[in-house]
Amino acid sequence: MLSRASYLGVFLTFARNSLVRNMMFRANFLIESVTSVTWMMMNLGFYLLIFQYTSSLGENTGWHKWEFFAFLATTLLVNSLVQTFFMPNCEDISDLIRTGGLDFALLKPIDTQFLISLEKVDWSSLANFAAGLVLLSVSVFHLTTRAENPIHLSPLMVVLYAFYVLCGVAILYSLMIGLSATSIWLGQNSSLYDFWFYITNFSRYPMEIYSGTYGTPLRMVCTFVVPVLIVVNVPAQIIARPVDPQGHSVWPLAAFALVATAGSLAISRWIFTAALRSYRSASS
Amino acid sequence: MINDQIPMTNGSAVNLRHSSLGFGHSSLTAKAVTWWTILRIALAERLVYRGDFALGTLMRFLPIVTQIFLWFAVFQARGQQPVGGYKYQDFVAYYLLTMVARAFSSMPGLTGGIAKQIRSGEIKKFLIQPVDLIGFLLLSRVAHKLVYYVVAIVPFALVFFLCRDYFPGWPSLSTLAAGCMALVLAFLLGFFLEACMGLVGFWWLEVSALAFVYMLFSFFLSGHMFPLDMLPDPWHKLVQLTPLMYLAYFPAAVLLGKIQGAALVYGLVIEAAWVIFFVLLSRVMFRYGTRRYSAFGG
Repeated sequence: MLSRASYLGVFLTFARNSLVRNMMFRANFLIESVTSVTWMMMNLGFYLLIFQYTSSLGENTGWHKWEFFAFLATTLLVNSLVQTFFMPNCEDISDLIRTGGLDFALLKPIDTQFLISLEKVDWSSLANFAAGLVLLSVSVFHLTTRAENPIHLSPLMVVLYAFYVLCGVAILYSLMIGLSATSIWLGQNSSLYDFWFYITNFSRYPMEIYSGTYGTPLRMVCTFVVPVLIVVNVPAQIIARPVDPQGHSVWPLAAFALVATAGSLAISRWIFTAALRSYRSASS
Repeated sequence: MINDQIPMTNGSAVNLRHSSLGFGHSSLTAKAVTWWTILRIALAERLVYRGDFALGTLMRFLPIVTQIFLWFAVFQARGQQPVGGYKYQDFVAYYLLTMVARAFSSMPGLTGGIAKQIRSGEIKKFLIQPVDLIGFLLLSRVAHKLVYYVVAIVPFALVFFLCRDYFPGWPSLSTLAAGCMALVLAFLLGFFLEACMGLVGFWWLEVSALAFVYMLFSFFLSGHMFPLDMLPDPWHKLVQLTPLMYLAYFPAAVLLGKIQGAALVYGLVIEAAWVIFFVLLSRVMFRYGTRRYSAFGG
């Protein structure tokens, strides 16, 4: 096993190599950045349209226009980080297993999960990260300077926000690597990407909208069983709506988010190592 | 529909040649035999993936679930006031009906498939055989869709049955007939529109960027995300100038009974006009494209 400093060095090499590869196809890089930002702008247009018709999402939930746009910015930040660092790698895992390419990763004197999770970095996805930062700044500016009940932003809130964004990334990564690792057992797992898309779809909205006969159980499952609702909701609530209109503060949920993050990482690690043990090299 | 490819194997090409060799009787029956053979081959090819289809179809309803919760929250905040003439129930029904419309109008893999055949040189098969490329692809698509409906009707019927309370009741016979017409036209429009984009490959070779931009716009402007009636005025007028709204919004709104009378007839005529426009455009593009085609590959 390598020391911690070498892991960082290896990762920096991965990042540099990926940047070189990205820059080899500069036009493609530019087009990918522009299209992903366009996609985000169109989504923004859709939510602007919705807020033409309503002042908040749900009755008395506190998710007004700018609160929700801060939420949307958080979604962008989390998703763009996952897409930059983990998505290009997890997509390939099923191929690595089918072709036997995983052999090469196993032979290297470095943790296998680290190697196959971070080998490639898709720098063009960071365009959406920048767009998310802009949207977040604008939303937070509106929230802190509004006439009634402005939010007082403390440095601690900003630090916690950044921390919980990273927790969200960790939860999504755990889910992704756990799902990819199952392709060792299943042979091939082509619908993985679809499944991933459908699951994370639930994380895109404030958790309060899942209420009622079907909504409440769904919210419970997506919070406590597969914690995808934690991912965006906790950081977004910290920055945009620390206390909901009923007077509940975000902190109990934030405490649970720590448990959920640690649990997700541990379980995904366990799934990964267990799956690796049943790996039978496929080729040659 | 994600793992969908243009069915095009060497086997089918050989079969085609046999059927078109039987020119003995009359050229009309020979043509009919050719096209019937193409349809049969494509049907057999599609049926291979039936299990994948059924599961994939059910999964495709999941994103709608979040949309429905979103609109429930919006209507709660609005005190159940209609949005753009749509009640909450109408929204649920609208989303389900756009799924039906998309099942007709979406053509996964068509644009990329045509461009790939041009790039790899596979297209010359059609240039030397008495089989028309676009006609062949259209029939394969018809077969693909027929199989898809036969399999997908189970999950669709299940979801529609579970959500029956959201619908205003069965549409009248004339609405149903107009809706079916809008759906068939949506299929043709989707096919010829995407075929034209694929034929751009004669000039560009790589059309994936074009296809992506198209997907981006069609996702929002076809009415897949929300009923287009919600849009405020300059946008509402603009959207109606594009053919995209006929891919999802129009058939769904017709089946929901939102468009009736003169507006319905007018809409169907415009939709048919768009179909004719893209049929002619694809013909012209194919003609000029094959002229500058330089047959890459072996």
